[in-house]
Amino acid sequence: MPFDLPMFFAFIIAFAILAYVVMDGFDLGVGILFPFLPVGRERDSAINSVAPVWDGNETWLVMGGGGLLAAFPLAYGMILSALYAPIIAMLLALVFRGVAFEFRWRDPRHRPLWDVAFTGGSIVAALAQGITLGALLQGIAVQNRTYAGGWFDWLTPFSLLVGVSLVCGYALLGSTWLVMKSEGSLQERCHRMAFRLGIATIVAMAAVSAATPFLRDAYWMRWFAWPQVLFTAQVPVLVAIVTFVLFWSLRRGHHYTPFLMALALFGLGLAGLGISLYPFVVPPSVSIWDAAAPDDSLKFMLPGVLIMVPIILAYTGYSYWVFRGKTGHEGYH
Amino acid sequence: MFEGLDAIFLARLQFAFTVSFHFIFPSFSIGLASFLAVLEGLWLWTGRQVYLDLFKYWLKIFALAFGMGVVSGIVMSYQFGTNWSVFSDKAGPVIGPLMAYEVLTAFFLEAGFLGVMLFGMNRVGKGLHFAATLAVAVGTFFSAFWILSANSWMQTPAGYAINAGGQFVPADWWAIIFNPSFPYRLVHTVFGAYLTTALVVGAVGAWHLLRTRSSEGGANEGARVMFSMAMGMITVVAPLQILAGDQHGLNTLEHQPVKVMAMEGHFKSYPDGAPLVLFGWPDEATGKNLFAVEIPKASSLILKHSWDAPLKGLDTVDRKDWPPVPVVFWAFRIMVGMGMLMLLLAAFSLLARVRRRLYDWPLLHRFALVMGPAGFVAVIAGWVTTEVGRQPYTVYGLLRTVDSASALDAPAVGASLLAFVVVYFFAFGAGTYYILKLMSHPPHRGEEGPRRDQPVRAAGITPAPAVAESLATGKEA
Repeated sequence: MPFDLPMFFAFIIAFAILAYVVMDGFDLGVGILFPFLPVGRERDSAINSVAPVWDGNETWLVMGGGGLLAAFPLAYGMILSALYAPIIAMLLALVFRGVAFEFRWRDPRHRPLWDVAFTGGSIVAALAQGITLGALLQGIAVQNRTYAGGWFDWLTPFSLLVGVSLVCGYALLGSTWLVMKSEGSLQERCHRMAFRLGIATIVAMAAVSAATPFLRDAYWMRWFAWPQVLFTAQVPVLVAIVTFVLFWSLRRGHHYTPFLMALALFGLGLAGLGISLYPFVVPPSVSIWDAAAPDDSLKFMLPGVLIMVPIILAYTGYSYWVFRGKTGHEGYH
Repeated sequence: MFEGLDAIFLARLQFAFTVSFHFIFPSFSIGLASFLAVLEGLWLWTGRQVYLDLFKYWLKIFALAFGMGVVSGIVMSYQFGTNWSVFSDKAGPVIGPLMAYEVLTAFFLEAGFLGVMLFGMNRVGKGLHFAATLAVAVGTFFSAFWILSANSWMQTPAGYAINAGGQFVPADWWAIIFNPSFPYRLVHTVFGAYLTTALVVGAVGAWHLLRTRSSEGGANEGARVMFSMAMGMITVVAPLQILAGDQHGLNTLEHQPVKVMAMEGHFKSYPDGAPLVLFGWPDEATGKNLFAVEIPKASSLILKHSWDAPLKGLDTVDRKDWPPVPVVFWAFRIMVGMGMLMLLLAAFSLLARVRRRLYDWPLLHRFALVMGPAGFVAVIAGWVTTEVGRQPYTVYGLLRTVDSASALDAPAVGASLLAFVVVYFFAFGAGTYYILKLMSHPPHRGEEGPRRDQPVRAAGITPAPAVAESLATGKEA
């Protein structure tokens, strides 16, 4: 069998999305939790903990978008035009949030204003990403290689449910991140929040998982048909184990385990998404191979991807390593 | 409220707005990256403190401008899909990989070197730091290389085939990348970026020369050096840019003659020498230039290098293939007008330099000050000329703009356009204000670089500073 280039690039893009969701997830989460932190030292500590890494995290979003255009141009056009409103809202929110991050330091007099922009941008971006995901799962009406639905098709109870779930999930990531990175009163506060957010996230995940198989018969078959149910059932089993470890470690006051478990929850959520969608990139009709650019385009990109992605990963891992440990409130040293 | 407007027109307006805003930052930072490399090189070579001070002064401004370029760039990487989904589907296999290489190049540059450049000054050794600065300068150039290659392919498509699904597919990557208009556009754009930066640097220098002239001790040394360097740059590059623009125009005449007809306002054909329309109002309905001021036969001289060479006009082109003539005509004149003013500034500063009055000729300084934004105006006007001149196509001659857009309703696009205008106004308005505030302080001895007690964020899209930090202190590994 020849090397399946479209499949390889599908993995690359899925990886970029996973990397984006877990990495930007916790710093968006910090933004979502911001109003619940007292002004001053705790807020500064919280923002310092994500300052060195958040912009790197967002680069995966550019990789995901650029990669989708280059490798799956058909899917790129269909998905983004079908989900026009949530995508635009997400982009605007990220612009606002990104500059707020920067200007908050430069302009202490208007700091309260930029803090509002930071939180607002984080919440809107998270909600919009969740709605995008939900709307993609429920399927996109396509005709003659273009989107054929209306411009409010994305807005359904299901997509809103996924949106709210993602806000909860990001907040959980943010709170467990801060448990790992902070000390004293901030850590105690985040510890309490992590408990509640953990419950909220699990309930939301359960609701989304319960609703998904009813969206399409294909999803139902994918999850419950014999014998693959033996394989798919591993996902909820693993979720249960991870949930248990999450709450156990929170109760025991661990610093690192809760964050790692929250990451694992996201990984499992994405695996579940992959199980539902495969082999479609735009359900219910466009598969990975339908949407892929011709092999000549993919081959041209291959060397760039094979050289650059490992370098970027090594680099990212290294800088997280450098900034491991607790963060102070005065900028790090 | 947008019912009366055409959705495609609104989508074009939105793209034009966001890309113009985005383009402001790279067109400044490409030149500034090179300027910083020159400053650091001069410092290493001569050991003069003033070059180091200027390096650190402009580094802070570079960090802000670069950051805003990145944020506005995220929007661009999604807008092809949201508003131009059919174009993305059809042209994606060709221009997608070019843009992917742009992303990867930018990634590598920022990941590897930006952090060292911004924060590693006293920590990694002079040689390595200079190498990082050079890498950033070269990297901004490579970013421009890939993105302009993609853009030029839309103007002069080459090296492609069309498959059963109606997609453009690559046949010859070399021909795609080095398509006919690309070398000209690259040179013209990079010169434009250099001029833009030189004009800004010159204006900041002039501002501080004007302000400190009356105060004791004469003008600030940093202000003098930056003013002199900027004027020198303009003196060299402005004439070169006019030559490059002329060559680019000839290339356009060869590959996109209709665009040149609109630029020149030539509604009718001139079998024995076409006039140069200096000013006028092109009236598409009657096919005439109202209030026109013309120089007989001069257009043929410029475009064909002969007084009597025939030139075809828009009367030889089907009306539905016309670009919007007044927009192209006027954008072109604004660009050329700015170019001429730059040439005048170059000549004036040369005269001042020869007469040894570069630092004490207030009229020159005032002129340089008002010319500060001229580069941005010229770059945007040039962009409008070439992009609107490509209409009514997205891929010239092959894919029409009306057949490229997403099937969106006007109110949806209108609402998003409005939201972009509001958000950009606040976000980048604030950013511009902070940049101007930095510029309002004169450079001084022992200038500090970007502050280390703030989040390392400051610029770029990757956690590069972390590595700079650890390289510097050697606390890791």
